[in-house]
Amino acid sequence: MGKRRRPFSTKSSVERFFLYFVLIAGAAVCLLPLVWMLRSSLMTSVQIFELPPRLVPHPFRWSNYGEALTILPFGRYFVNSIAIVVLVIVGTVITSSLCAYSFARIKWRGRDLVFSLIVATMMLPYAVTLIPTFVGWSAVRLTNTFGPLIIPAWFGGGAFYIFLLRQFYRGIPRELDEAARIDGANHVQIYSHIMVPLTKTSLIVVGLFAFLNTWNDFLGPLVYLNSSNKYTLALGLMQFTGMYKAEWHLMMAAATVVVAPAILIFLVGQRYFIEGIALTGIKG
Amino acid sequence: MKAQGTDQNMRKAKSSIQRSENWAGILFALPTILGFTIFALGPMVASLIMSFSNYSVSSSFKLLGLANYRKMFSGQDPYFYKSLGVTLYYVAFSVPASVVFSFVIALLMNQKIRFKALFRTIYYLPSIVPVVAMSAVWVWILNPDLGLANTILKSLGLPTSAWLFAEGSVIPTMVGIDLWTIGSTMVIFLAALQDIPAHMYEAVEIDGGGAFARLIHITIPLMTPAIFFNLIIGFINGFQAFTKAYVMTGGGPHNASLFFILYLYREGFVFSRLGSACAIAWVLFLIIGLLSAVFFKTSKKWVYYGGE
Repeated sequence: MGKRRRPFSTKSSVERFFLYFVLIAGAAVCLLPLVWMLRSSLMTSVQIFELPPRLVPHPFRWSNYGEALTILPFGRYFVNSIAIVVLVIVGTVITSSLCAYSFARIKWRGRDLVFSLIVATMMLPYAVTLIPTFVGWSAVRLTNTFGPLIIPAWFGGGAFYIFLLRQFYRGIPRELDEAARIDGANHVQIYSHIMVPLTKTSLIVVGLFAFLNTWNDFLGPLVYLNSSNKYTLALGLMQFTGMYKAEWHLMMAAATVVVAPAILIFLVGQRYFIEGIALTGIKG
Repeated sequence: MKAQGTDQNMRKAKSSIQRSENWAGILFALPTILGFTIFALGPMVASLIMSFSNYSVSSSFKLLGLANYRKMFSGQDPYFYKSLGVTLYYVAFSVPASVVFSFVIALLMNQKIRFKALFRTIYYLPSIVPVVAMSAVWVWILNPDLGLANTILKSLGLPTSAWLFAEGSVIPTMVGIDLWTIGSTMVIFLAALQDIPAHMYEAVEIDGGGAFARLIHITIPLMTPAIFFNLIIGFINGFQAFTKAYVMTGGGPHNASLFFILYLYREGFVFSRLGSACAIAWVLFLIIGLLSAVFFKTSKKWVYYGGE
């Protein structure tokens, strides 16, 4: 009785076989493009077109990576991407958690109105603000710098993160901060000594989201960065695909270099990540 | 008298606490209050004003009234209706396909299966691949002459396709690629499925209902909030698709994948017609707003919010 039953839980072995067959086939489809990218990145330009195509390169041509990475200064792009990502994560985590604390725990006049306005910006298409924001950044002469890509993260980091952290903070028992208040603690102390230590995982979730969103961002760097020594990895890869259209083996090596850090970070932090997504969907 | 005095003192103390709370709250929220003003509200107003102007990098600012809008709706700029049609076609096709597909996968994954966490990770993985890299890989796989997709089809004796390189197949191909990145939609469905209380299913079983009855009478009705959420998010994102078209097709062939934002990008950043680009943005904004309103209105008829 107490055990949870799920739909279709009483199954024949035919049904089981069918279930696993579909799931495994789907998983293969999910992985195939990535495997194909990796495999193509380790082949010569002749082997890559062999028929019938082979899955495993023979021999492994690691030099594709050296070649692809020297055609364009990918080392430079990598450093640029990392610099932007790190500053965005720090800004997002600090400012979004401060704001979320305010919306979750401090009772101030107009709070709910302000919060709903901020949440409403999640529905605002970025296209609407794109042009004036660009004009603004060029008026203060910050186009073609990392400024437009980093500075907004220090202003709350985006409604999504504030919303997410507020959900986490509301889950912390109020008795904790009420007791601290009676002992004379102020909001700065409650925030730094109670809330932050108790919700470290939620800050990791926000950091992970910020990493992947910034790493994957394309339109921002495309609009704001002009000189090629300031390019991010994503922009560099785009430039590469335009220049070396037929050099599939080198292009796949470059793509692998862009993909690998994102996959690595995801695999390390996936538990937090998937929890974070589930939380936004249900409580939203 | 005395009691009234303390009462007044208490009220005074209370209001001074409230005042300091007001200050603390605003100070803590200051980053986002400033951010909202500088990066959302200000640009929104500016964008609306610019949409009525000839604003560009080279010419001086002049208000034109509705000229930018008239140019679009009169068909004088042929790309407006073209990109609107392309985007609507894409959204109408991609969003339902992605939602249905990820719902089915989530249902399958919600069974008692081994390696559930592994499956979930694998299905989520494509969603975190940077779009530029993902696009490069798909352009390679879908290359009409040398790509894996047509090689497989040929070896099976099936007809091949030009995929991204023909007007008729470019949008269906992009929808297919979208099905590869259903990770977050699926995770939201999966979380919602796990929240369905077991006794609900037991009630159907007692009434003699089978698996299909459980799906129709319990699972789907209880999942309507998650379905609604995923539909609306998918549809807002769908209208704003840009990067994959920019990288994979550049809007081609013959503007068959000229998404609305790509059209806006061209007006604003290629032709430097910033005023006109803002007008395009506002049309997009109004379309999204209007459709969302319709969505929320009709949702009362089919979305089930139990208990709350």
